[in-house]
Amino acid sequence: MNPYALLFLVAGLGVIAWLTGRARAARFGAASKHRLHSLPGQHGLYVAMWTVIPALIFVVAWSIFTPSLATDAVLKAPQASALPMFGYERDAILNEVRARAAGGDYGFYPLAEQLAPVYLQASRFYGWLGTGLAILLAFACGAFAYTRVKADFRARTRVERTVMLALLVASLIAILTTLGIFLSLLFESLRFFAMVPITDFLFGTLWSPQVIDPADPGATLGAVPLFWGTFFIGAVIAMLVAIPFGLMSAIYLTQYARPAVRQWMKPLLEILAGVPTVVYGYFAALTVGPAIRDLAVSLGFTYASSESALSAGLVMGVMIIPFVSSMADDSIAAVPRAMRDGSLAMGATTSETIRRVLLPAALPGVVAGVLLAVSRAIGETMIVVMAASGAANITANPFESATTVTKQIVDLLTGEAEFDSPKTLAAFALGLTLFMITFLLNIVALRVVKKYREAYE
Amino acid sequence: MQKRIRKRYRAERRFRAIGMGAVIVSAAFLFFLLATMIGNGAAGFMRTEVALPIDFKSAPLEVDRAQLGTRGADLALAGAGLENRVKTAATAAFGEKGDELIAENAWTAVRDAIKEDPNLLSQSAHIWVPASSELDAAADGGGEPELRARVQQLRDRGALQSGFNAGFLSRADSTDPTAVGIWGALKGSILTMLVTLLIAFPIGVLSAVYLEEYAPKNRWTDLIEVSINNLAAVPSIIFGLLGLAVFLGTLGLPRSAPLVGGLTLALMIMPVIVIAGRNAIKAVPPGGVFDPATVLPVQIFLWSDEVSRGFIEKTSAAIIVLLAFLLAMNALAIYLRNKFETRW
Repeated sequence: MNPYALLFLVAGLGVIAWLTGRARAARFGAASKHRLHSLPGQHGLYVAMWTVIPALIFVVAWSIFTPSLATDAVLKAPQASALPMFGYERDAILNEVRARAAGGDYGFYPLAEQLAPVYLQASRFYGWLGTGLAILLAFACGAFAYTRVKADFRARTRVERTVMLALLVASLIAILTTLGIFLSLLFESLRFFAMVPITDFLFGTLWSPQVIDPADPGATLGAVPLFWGTFFIGAVIAMLVAIPFGLMSAIYLTQYARPAVRQWMKPLLEILAGVPTVVYGYFAALTVGPAIRDLAVSLGFTYASSESALSAGLVMGVMIIPFVSSMADDSIAAVPRAMRDGSLAMGATTSETIRRVLLPAALPGVVAGVLLAVSRAIGETMIVVMAASGAANITANPFESATTVTKQIVDLLTGEAEFDSPKTLAAFALGLTLFMITFLLNIVALRVVKKYREAYE
Repeated sequence: MQKRIRKRYRAERRFRAIGMGAVIVSAAFLFFLLATMIGNGAAGFMRTEVALPIDFKSAPLEVDRAQLGTRGADLALAGAGLENRVKTAATAAFGEKGDELIAENAWTAVRDAIKEDPNLLSQSAHIWVPASSELDAAADGGGEPELRARVQQLRDRGALQSGFNAGFLSRADSTDPTAVGIWGALKGSILTMLVTLLIAFPIGVLSAVYLEEYAPKNRWTDLIEVSINNLAAVPSIIFGLLGLAVFLGTLGLPRSAPLVGGLTLALMIMPVIVIAGRNAIKAVPPGGVFDPATVLPVQIFLWSDEVSRGFIEKTSAAIIVLLAFLLAMNALAIYLRNKFETRW
């Protein structure tokens, strides 16, 4: 049976279970001298949970195993003796069998055409078997829960405990994701470092993954130019744009602007953060890049590139303005009002108050915001992929091309290389480095923000 | 003393002006960005067609009439050399470089016209075919002066028409800028968004409820909170690598399926939902979450690499659609927030 239909069926059974459980509890409540421990609805929920949850777990598990069971059936079929024993062609034929069984009517292998009906039949059989078992399970568990409904049965406690468990599991997913990221990156990186010495990767100054010498892959996989380019574009150029504009916008909007202006300008600036990065990237590559090259040429830099570090960094900085601005806004707002009023009462002008009192007091928060902004800038991918160049240079000239870690990860993975080559695995090593750096920046920044908030509360 | 106060007030005004300047420059950049995109992209929604005179009466096409009604019609017409015939007709009608005025896929328009009306094969007729991207650009007022003169000439003869490019919204990707559309990518966006929401929304809301209402204050809760806050700031490409290693590598899910993209995005969006506790968006029909699909930003990225001039305006047009999509989402979110926000 179609899995969606099965889900609806199980959900329907759940509703029925809820109704019958509730009705039974209500009957007990009417018949018994004691009061019910829980409300009839809670008894109904208890029965419904027992009906639905085991059946759903079974359906999910079953649908994961069905394809391999059906494949086994195909392999046992007499026609399957013609299959190659192993290798690429065997997989290709089996894939085509699955595609044909799913309704495709094209392919290269006549054998697949013979095997497709076998697969279809087997998967139908297992599908119906799964449906039957799921319904049986729903009824069995539902009946079990139904018999437990008594006047003094503590249905409410059980239901609450289950809900609590579900909530706990949901919040654990965040930890699991962090762990998953770290472990999967680490695992692939270890495979990379088994081929390339870690010192070559971290301290080598030549990055040229197009020509990898199989005898010494580390010679052209030195990541220093990438680290420099990332730092230069994300932490220097972008911040030179984002910090002054972001900070000054926040100061103007919180301290000077009339409420009506603030009400309009703030969301307007936030649109800048909502524009998809691919749009920024396209804009940087098509409009900003060539303009900056022309500017550089007219200034006398004849070797200027249209994929300069400046164009990527500039546009990235604009993207981050609202981010810096809202962090600065928050930390200025957190400074106690008494400090500001005191300064103004002493006769200081507004700008003197801001510069001498508010900003020093808000500094930890602003710094933390800048750290988060840097972490966002060095992880930014789409802008640099489209606007920065692939050539890895170590240069402090903003008109020259520079490349970043994220850009190289994309380039390495969109190539044709197979999954096990040092070239592909290098992407994971770069990813691990990036993750560690942004992780440190985030943790430090979040800790500073927390401490700073506590200091003024 | 008076001098000193004047100096201080000057500093005050300067500071204020710098602040205002920062806001104005940021806003100006936004307008510049939008204006550039709209300026580039508006032409992408329009298409230009040329009336191509083609004569099958004096030089019939060698094709079996019986096949025209069947599924083999495309093959039969292509096999009969229709593509070359259309090019020759263009050269005959518009001069030596005439075949450069019509799109590369112009012959498919002729093919579809013949399939619709097989009698065309025994007549000489004018068939509207898409113009080449160069002529298209010239008709919008750009391109080379030579071509612009050509456009005027064709217009005077009534052999040129412009209209809304409905195909741009309904067709899928292609290598020819006159034949591209974004429907495939838009559908991919919608499906991926649906999967993302279906997964991230319940999990995000559940864990937000747990952290707010149930969680005891202890080390574990701190760990959960730190990892949620950190995940919200982890670069998207790291999530991409996670998706590649786990969903494609270990679990072996099909590549570039909305399901995989949606799962990965869900992991990325979930912390944001937890933190913001905010929500939006519903609806859109189900189906086909295992088929390969392209998502709109990916489509823009792929097109941006194309060298042909025609792709520039198409890319900008796709960006306009993407921006409209996002602005609509933002407006919806703001509307919902205002509607349900209660100040205690």
